Formats: sequence, structure tokens, C-alpha cells
Amino acid sequence: MSNYLLETKNLSISFGGLKAAQDVNLKIQKNELYGLIGPNGAGKTTVFNMLTGVYRPTSGEFFLDGENLTGKSAIEINRRGIARTFQNIRLFSNMSVIDNVHVGLSNQSKCSIFASVFRFPSYYKTEKDLRERARALLDVFGLDEERRTVASNLPYGKQRKLEIARALATHPKLLLLDEPAAGMNPQETAELMENIRFIRDHFDMTVLLIEHDMSLVGGICDELTVLNFGTTLAQGSVSDVLHNPEVIRAYLGDE
Amino acid sequence: MVIKMANSKTSEKKNNHLKYYFNYLLVGVFFLIFFILDMTMGLRTSTTQLLTKIAYSIILATSLNMIVGFLGELSLGHAGFMCVGAYIGCFCANFLHTVIPSPLIVLIIAMMIGGLVAALFGFLIGLPTLRLKGDYLAIATLAFGEIVRTIFKNLSAFGGAQGLPTKRYDKSLYIIAFLIVFITLFVIQNLKRSKHGRAIEAIRDNEIAARAMGINITYYKLIVFIIAAGFAGIAGVIYGHLVTPVANTFFSFNYSIEILVMVVLGGMGSITGSIIASTLLTFINVQLTTQLSGDMAALKYLIYALILIAMVLWNNAPALSNVREKVSLHHLLAWFNGKFSSKKPEKDSQTAVENAVYLKEEADWKKIPTKIPMDSILSTDIKPDRTTEADKPEKSSKQ
Amino acid sequence: MSTLINGLCLGGIFALIALGYTMVYGIAKMLNFAHGDIIMIGAYAIITTLSLSGNTIAAIIAAIIICTVLGILTERLAYRPLRGASPLAVLITAIGVSYLLQSIAQLIYGAQSIPVSIGSFGAVSVFGLSIPISSLITLALCVIIMTALTLFITKTKVGIAMLAVSEDRAAAQLMGVNVNMIITLTFAIGSALAAFASTFYLMQIPSATPTLGSMPGIKAFTASVIGGIGSIPGAMIGGILLGIIEKFALSIPALAPYTTAIEFSLLIIILLVKPTGILGKKRREKV
Repeated sequence: MSNYLLETKNLSISFGGLKAAQDVNLKIQKNELYGLIGPNGAGKTTVFNMLTGVYRPTSGEFFLDGENLTGKSAIEINRRGIARTFQNIRLFSNMSVIDNVHVGLSNQSKCSIFASVFRFPSYYKTEKDLRERARALLDVFGLDEERRTVASNLPYGKQRKLEIARALATHPKLLLLDEPAAGMNPQETAELMENIRFIRDHFDMTVLLIEHDMSLVGGICDELTVLNFGTTLAQGSVSDVLHNPEVIRAYLGDE
Repeated sequence: MVIKMANSKTSEKKNNHLKYYFNYLLVGVFFLIFFILDMTMGLRTSTTQLLTKIAYSIILATSLNMIVGFLGELSLGHAGFMCVGAYIGCFCANFLHTVIPSPLIVLIIAMMIGGLVAALFGFLIGLPTLRLKGDYLAIATLAFGEIVRTIFKNLSAFGGAQGLPTKRYDKSLYIIAFLIVFITLFVIQNLKRSKHGRAIEAIRDNEIAARAMGINITYYKLIVFIIAAGFAGIAGVIYGHLVTPVANTFFSFNYSIEILVMVVLGGMGSITGSIIASTLLTFINVQLTTQLSGDMAALKYLIYALILIAMVLWNNAPALSNVREKVSLHHLLAWFNGKFSSKKPEKDSQTAVENAVYLKEEADWKKIPTKIPMDSILSTDIKPDRTTEADKPEKSSKQ
Repeated sequence: MSTLINGLCLGGIFALIALGYTMVYGIAKMLNFAHGDIIMIGAYAIITTLSLSGNTIAAIIAAIIICTVLGILTERLAYRPLRGASPLAVLITAIGVSYLLQSIAQLIYGAQSIPVSIGSFGAVSVFGLSIPISSLITLALCVIIMTALTLFITKTKVGIAMLAVSEDRAAAQLMGVNVNMIITLTFAIGSALAAFASTFYLMQIPSATPTLGSMPGIKAFTASVIGGIGSIPGAMIGGILLGIIEKFALSIPALAPYTTAIEFSLLIIILLVKPTGILGKKRREKV
């Protein structure tokens, strides 16, 4: 019995002949902030897509809390406890901010369609409960004031935060963040770091994040894995990895 | 500032309630006016027929709007579901008339059967075809509508090409039809304002994200198709009690488009819009059919075509988004407020709030320790790459 | 046997229409619902010029010009403003255009069918079966057009630009391809093909109504889906296959009334089982 929350064993995928990810082995402990970095096209988002059921791995397996989730559908994986954000923001753009979070929360309440249509007491109870939880979540990210705004009208940084809030709403064990700081200014990034730490501490969350912003990675991650051309280049604590000559070469090229 | 915000909140809430009941009110007042007229002085049969037509048009348009506006898929086979309901429901009614003396009870049972069978068809056609998307789903539903029509046309039990003779209901059919309109509104609006409705809209807005949120896409798509088909079927039964015989030619692709025109004119996703548009178009349609003879009847389709093109261009053309913004209701209201309120709007509350958050952000920022100052080495030319990887998941899910 | 030949004749027309569909779908990524109605307009153009001039060739040329202009016009006025909008919006507009053309034609020419004779070429007798020459020409023309289109797309600069637009519009734009021009050109070619289709349609069925194009249009779409949408040879194969199926279904009394239902069921089955169609291989030839 492993004591890792997420464990991947030789996770690989190839498209046609292209090996987009090869033998990726991640071991993430509970409550850890884990970073996945690497140059463009290194296969980071591909790993996320495998972990969330968008792609089915060609070979290898992954386990969440000891449970094998390989090959499960995206819906199933989310229900088992992996939630994610997207590199290119994928909000429900015509819906209000609070409704976006509502959608994330919706699997945690039982209220049948019949009960909803005929307004049984369970409907009112569910709606009240959902609303309160959604507002509490939005509060964490400072979005409660704008809860009625249509999501696509939010400024960019807040859209990213809303995506995180929405992912958290599905009550995951593991949160995958795909470049959460992309397009943010330094102040927004800094606040985001604070948010991520807060999530980890207060929601007892484990976070795996892809990031290019090294100040963010260096600032909050406990451990890192560096991917390059689909293979693992380095793995370990932040300072070890970032001072690894191979890593520096991969990023800055041979000199 | 705080007081002002509190005020705006309560008014928002009121607005919401108003919006919620507005559609009932709209239909209710419309119905009551005619009902009272009917009770006091009696309406002509042509008027009650028009009212019944309006009622089933509203049912068709709102139920199609569930598919087009809320789910975001195009169905070109709505008349097909109506066809199933009309034929099956009226076929049962013809039989029931021999057993049950009360035409009202027969009508109610026929509507239930017609609605259920149409819903079953919604399920059967939905189960396989909902794996399709966009253009393909639209074509598949079109094909479905034509298949249903062709089959009924050739079954001698249903009257073949001559159509199924039905027993017409008396003048009061419009009252029952409007009751069904209320039931339709009740179901669709309540569904929309629940977690299930939000899930459906989430699928419309971003299917991949909805899936990542654990939303069961197929389940909700099926539900929408079943409910929409069921109501279309009930509308068909009402039609069958107004017009005899029930002929397959009525349910052609053209009629599906006519319903679509109502939805598009009213605004996709707006129930109020569907109600108003279907009332107006049905009225105009009846007028045109009586006024125009022969080839001039094509004017009707010319108008439909122009409505479709103009509305879609107006609502969707990227180039018009600025103009749209300017004449939007929201903007007009703001302009109206600005023009007529005595107080000059002080600095926008939004920016004030933002400023407050901003200040807090700065404060927090200073608190954050950075373990290793890596920015100097590594944050150089690594830019987030949004275009290349962005579409990958989408492509894979299509295959 | 004669059913097979009749099927081939009809299939040739379907194939011609399907070629236009598949071109536009492959490159502009939109289902041009009005394609069938452009054929209808072409038929009326032929009738009008024929009655004015009496010259068949002039009539056909006039139809080609009118259809091409019409194709360009609809693209510019109705579809281009929606570039970047949701596919749903584009599809609804296309349906609108289809209705617009139909109702205009009805207002001008009336709903009654107008008979026309553009001279058939007679028939040849092979193994005791008479085959109308016009059908042979239709089929031959299909093959010629198919080959020409394939060559055009793979060998010429403009054709390669079309391929690029079909693959990735944004990237093509970045590479300096004038995407708008390419799409307009696609519509122009597709509509010119429609004019050919109307000519051969009138040779087989010598009368025109405002709704002439809608059923063949939808059936041709079915054909292009069966063949694999976006694939030029696929459109041809699908068209001919569908023509043969239709004629065979019509020749069996028990099935004849259900012909349309059979064809549409086939469409739904193909969409479900193999949405990429017959020639829809992984590396299919994309237009």
C-alpha cells in the first residue's frame, strides 16, 4: 500500500509515431505542492490530459489514493477526485460567476430532476446549500462581489481564479492547475501564490501545477518534475532540480 | 457607498423574481383577456382557432428553445416529434372515443400518450445521435423528421397519404392548450433554474470543461431531447384536435424551420422571446395565409428567411458586437438612468471596489517570501504557449 | 440492369452536387444548406436565357455565371460577417439563405413547374439496353471534374492554399494566405459546379420548380457524408451509390414509398457507425 496520493507508473502516450509522453513517473504525497515544468511541447499538458481522462494512456497506469483510474472517463475521474483547470481558459463564459461554481458543486448534492421541476423541499435545501458553499468559495478568491457578472466579462486574472474556484468546487483530492499564472501581472501572480497556499492549507489539498513562471514554481512548490520531449529530465526538490545542469541546458539551450 | 450597494442588491433580487414570474404573467394576461372576452361576448371560431394555434406554437418554440438555446444544439426535426405525437395521440383518441364518452378525458389521455410516445422517440433518436455534434446532429435530426413523416404517410392504419381523420374538439380547446402552455413554462423554467439547468447550460458553453466538472453530458443531452420531444408531441395532439385530418405534409421540414424561426426571432435561450415571437409569427402567418393567394404565399417564407438571416447576423456577427453593446437593453437602461436621474452618477462603484482589492493585493504581495530568486535565471524566454496546445483536447474528443 | 443504369444517371447528378458540398464543407467548414437552391436558380437561369436566346450553350454559360456570382454574393453578404461566430449561427443563416432563394424564385416564377427542353443527346444502345447519352456525359464530366479538382488542389498554388485553409485557418492566415479570398473562391467553384448540376438535372427531369434543389441538395449532402465529407473521390462514390440505392428502392414496390426514409436511415447509420464515411481514412484526402 503506497502512501502517495497520486502515483503514476510509466505513464506513456503516443500519437501516431510521436511519443508525446514516455514513462512519466510521478509520486505525489498528500498535501504536497508539486510542480511539473519543462519547455514548450515537453508533454506537460499531455500528462494532465491523461490524468483527467481526456486522453487514454497508451501504456502505464496511474493511481489516486491507491485506486487505479487508468482509462476511466473524464467524468468518472472527476468524481473520483481529480479536478483541473485549463491552459486556455475554459469557463462557462455565458454564465454568471457564481453559476460557474455552482456547476462545479452540482455533483455533491442529490436532488433529482423531478424534485427540481416540482420544487420539492429538497430543491430549496439544495439550492440554499449550494449557494452558500459557492459564495464561501468565491470569497476565498475575492470574487464574491462579482458573483453576478457574466464570466467572460471578468478580467483575465480573475477568470483564471474563477477556474480554480470552479475546480475546487468539485471537491477533489487532487487539484491540477495548468499554467495558473499565465497572462497575469506580477501582483496577480503573487496573489495567486497566496491563494494556492491557502487552498493547500485550508482545504487540505494536494496540488499539481504546470507553470512557466519560475518565481511561482520556486516560491511555492515542494517538489518538481522536469519534462523534456516527453521524458523525465529531472525530479526532486526544487533547489536540486533548478540547479541541475541538464535542466538549465534544456531551458537555455547548449552554450 | 455601502448603502447604495445594498440597495442595488435587493433590487436585483426583485428583478430576478419579476423575471421568474414574468412569463407566466405575460401568457396569463394574454389568455385572460381573450378568456373574459369569450365569456362575456363569445369569440368567433376563427379567433379561438387562432388562439389554439398560438398556444401550440408557444409550446413548440419554448421546447425547441430548450435544445437550441440552452443545450446549444440545432434540431431540425422538431416537427417530426410533433408528427409522432399527433398521429399516435389522435389514433388513440379515435379509439378512446368509442369507450369514453367525455371528450375532455379522451383529450387528456391522448395528450399523455402522444407526449410519452414522442418523448420515447426523443429518447430513441437521442440515444445514438447525441454522439454527433453541430452540423451532423442537425442533419441527423432533419433526416429523422423526414423518416417519421414518410413512415406515417405510408401506413394505411394512419390513413396513409390522405391523413388520419380525427374528431375535432369544441371551441374550448384553446383553454386546455393554454393550460398546457403553463405546464410547459413551469417545467422548462423550473428545470432551467436548478442545478440541472445550470449543467445543461454548462454543456452549451464548454463541453470539455463540463466533462471535467463531472457533468454527465449524455444524460443531460438525452433529458433535454426527451422533454423537448414530449412537449412537441403534446403540441401535436392539440393540433390533431384542431385540424382534421392529420396529414403528414404539415410536419415537413418547412414546419421545423418555422419553429426555428420563432426561436431565433425571440432570441436563442430567451423563453420570453420565444413566447412573443411565436405569438406574433403565428398571428402574421394566419393573416398572410388568408390574405395572400397563390404564389404570393412565398412572401411568408421570404419574410422568414429575412428574419433568420437578419437576426443571426445581428446577434452573432463579430463586427457588430460594438453596436450591439450600445443598443443593448442594459446600456439603454443605463443611458436612461443617466439622463433622468437627478444625481450625477458618482465614480463607478465597480472601480472603487477594484481599487480596494488592488490595495489589498499589494499588501499581500509584500508578505510573500520567495524561497529562491530564480527569476533571474529561468524566467527569460519561456512564454506560455496558448495557441498550439489549446485545441488538442478538443480534437481528441471528436475522434 | 436498367435500374442500375438509371441509378448511375441519377448518381451522377448527386455526385456533381455532392462535389460542391464537399468542397465548401472541406474548406469553409460550413454546411452550405443553400447549395441545392443555387442549383435551382441555375435551372431557372437556363430556362430564362433559353427562352430569350434559344441557344442552349449560351443558356448554360449564363447559368454558370449567375450561379457563380450568386455563390460569391451569398458568401460575402451572409456567411462572411459570421466568420468566427458559432457554427450554429452559420448553419441557421445558411438555412435562411436557402429559404430566401426559394421564395424569391417562387415570387418570380411561381410555384408551378415550368417545362423546359434543352435537347437531349439521344441514347445509345449497349447490349440491348438504351443509355441516354446525357447520363454518360454526366458521369464523364464527374470524373473529369473530380480529376481536375484533385489536380487543382494538389498541384496549383491556390489549391495548396485551399488545403492550408482547410487544415488550419489561423495558421494559413499567418502564412500569408488570404483566407477570405480562398473561401470566396471555394464558393465560386462550388457554385459553378452547381450550374453544371442544374444543366444535367434539366436533361433528366425537364421541368423546374422553386423547391427543385432542396431534396437533391439534402440527398447530395447524404451522399457526401456516405463517401466521407471533405473527400473529392468520396463525394463521387457516395453520389453514385446513393443514386443506385434510390433507383433500386424505387424499383421494388414494397420499398418504393419508403425510399426517402431508407436513404435518410442510411445517413443516420453512416453517421453513427463511421462518421468519416467510406473514404474517411485517418489520412484522407482533405479538400
